[in-house]
Amino acid sequence: MGEAIHVEHLTKRYRLGSLRHETMLREVITGMFRKRERREEQTILAVNDLNFKVDQGEVVGLIGRNGAGKSTTLKLLSKITYPTSGKIHVKGRVASLIEVGTGFHDELTGRENIYLNGSILGMRKKEIDQRIDQIIHFAGVEKFIDTPIKRFSSGMRLRLGFAVAAHMDPDVLFVDEVLAVGDADFQKKCLTAMDELRSGGRTVIFVSHNMAAIENLCPRTIWIDGGKLRADGPTQQVIASYLATFSDAQRSGYDLEKVANRGGNGMMRFTRVDFLDERGEPTSVFRSGEPIRVRFHYKVNERMKNPDIALAIHSDLGTRITTVSTWQAGYYIPELEPGVGSIDLVIDTLVLQPNRYYLSMWISAVEEWFDVLDHCIAIDVEESDTGTSLGRGLHPKWGLVYTPSRWQLGPPVAASR
Amino acid sequence: MTAAIEWLSEFVRYRELFFFLVWRDVKIRYKQTVLGASWAILQPFFLMVVFSFIFGRVAKVDTEGVPYPIFSYATLVPWTYFQYAVPLAGNSLIQNTGLISKVYFPRAIIPASSALSGIVDFAVASVMLVALMIYFHIPFTAELLLWPVLLLPLVMFTTAVGMLFAALNVKFRDIKYTIPFFMQAMLFLSPVAYPTSAVPERLSALRYLHPLAGILDAFRASVLPTRTIPWGELGIAVGATAVLFIIASVYFYRTERSFADLI
Repeated sequence: MGEAIHVEHLTKRYRLGSLRHETMLREVITGMFRKRERREEQTILAVNDLNFKVDQGEVVGLIGRNGAGKSTTLKLLSKITYPTSGKIHVKGRVASLIEVGTGFHDELTGRENIYLNGSILGMRKKEIDQRIDQIIHFAGVEKFIDTPIKRFSSGMRLRLGFAVAAHMDPDVLFVDEVLAVGDADFQKKCLTAMDELRSGGRTVIFVSHNMAAIENLCPRTIWIDGGKLRADGPTQQVIASYLATFSDAQRSGYDLEKVANRGGNGMMRFTRVDFLDERGEPTSVFRSGEPIRVRFHYKVNERMKNPDIALAIHSDLGTRITTVSTWQAGYYIPELEPGVGSIDLVIDTLVLQPNRYYLSMWISAVEEWFDVLDHCIAIDVEESDTGTSLGRGLHPKWGLVYTPSRWQLGPPVAASR
Repeated sequence: MTAAIEWLSEFVRYRELFFFLVWRDVKIRYKQTVLGASWAILQPFFLMVVFSFIFGRVAKVDTEGVPYPIFSYATLVPWTYFQYAVPLAGNSLIQNTGLISKVYFPRAIIPASSALSGIVDFAVASVMLVALMIYFHIPFTAELLLWPVLLLPLVMFTTAVGMLFAALNVKFRDIKYTIPFFMQAMLFLSPVAYPTSAVPERLSALRYLHPLAGILDAFRASVLPTRTIPWGELGIAVGATAVLFIIASVYFYRTERSFADLI
């Protein structure tokens, strides 16, 4: 069988602009009149010298932690974004599914959206004409197909979106994490549809955090870590070694001095982060609703005025849930002399539901970045008996954030006639 | 050269998506407004009423004996199209970030389809033009056949301006604030409310820089029997439009690879 995908020395470098702000024309214009100060451009290597080949008809899983470069790789393969260097050869008709229901418009009916979404995904009108009945049936929305989708439930939208995608007929398919949403029944249906795609002799690259789905669908798996290829081989072996790295991940302290993948000009660096419990003892357990103290150790290399230290918490899918910073809290850090020190962030109540989260942290000042560590620590928040003593606990499926709250019944109101 | 051919062939390969996006824009526009299609007539019509009062009665613009309403409506129809399509196309990329960051297709499809979707309004407003011509007893001449043909340079010019704004908008987020100002300036700098004869002779070299003026003037001439088509002016305008279109395409091509990273 021939080669379907060939990736050579694929590299993608991003400017760290996304963490800053949007460029304004006026800044460029005023910048022309100002004295040019040479500032070292801050970049990150999202994908770093990646090499692999995929044969026609192969179904390959792509795994790695958040920020490891999986999604960037998929976007590069799909031509959504372009490599900084390196080459990609993809043979045949390509379809990529990075999001379900891309381009859906609320005002259009289900049927109209099938045509719109299908053509966005690269289907021809003729193909959609032929498959529209199957698509509608697969989504199970026969009754509502001619009503605007603003009246659809989120589940119906999702089903409609996946139904269109499942009826594409590409030679090469890239799928990113679309199965992470939806109920168990629907996930099963999607997996079956994916399985059919496989039996149709298509080449598929499938990115997911769902190890069971990867094991089920992909005989071969590629593991990316820090933008680099870490392992490539039979799925079970790769997943086993991937999961093994998680067991030692949960610690009470993290040495950050050796982290290479970081931004900022280095005038001040994080050296270590420790997690402490109420009594000030090191802890590696994070529980919903309980207090936690985060101790940042830092090293100042050049004397500086009031830096801002910030911490952001991301969900396992990369959504930023919250950011706390000294600036935002109005906490003023005075001038710092070169040397080492530490600062504590005291969280009275950890309002996260049990799940995996990623932490990013940075030190900055106005228009200046000293240290930027993106997704540098993963924490697993455990269930706890929060709020009640009834052992009811919390559950990941209830959302990302737990809301400390009370209930209060209003005074009785006589029934009106 | 091969890059240009490849770029165009990608566009052709995705022509169905192009038409679906035009269809989407038209459909949504008519679904979301209470007035629907009549909006397309009302906009140039009300401008015509206002202009007739200000320029026809108060300022007394010389219309070469033609009733002022028809004199201005003949340019207000193409102008309304331009005024609607340029901001739509100019903001189209930043309003479709979801598409750009999640799917591949030739990016030029987005501003181009936005620019094209405005011609439905143009067609509807043209029907009103015929009604006005009957009302004001303007004879129908063979030159009126040029009216729909002139749409071609008008759409090309509009698409070029829209593509430039769209690409700049991704890079510099404050460009969007300049669009309304640009449109306002264009209205006064173009012969919409006044005839080109009102422009002093020594400024006539400016027509090379302002193709829209020549196009609008030709639109007006195709309607009014007192005028002949200014072929020379029109030729210059079409040439300048073609040059602008090429510049806009090249700039767009050069920047589109970074859209997904910037947006």
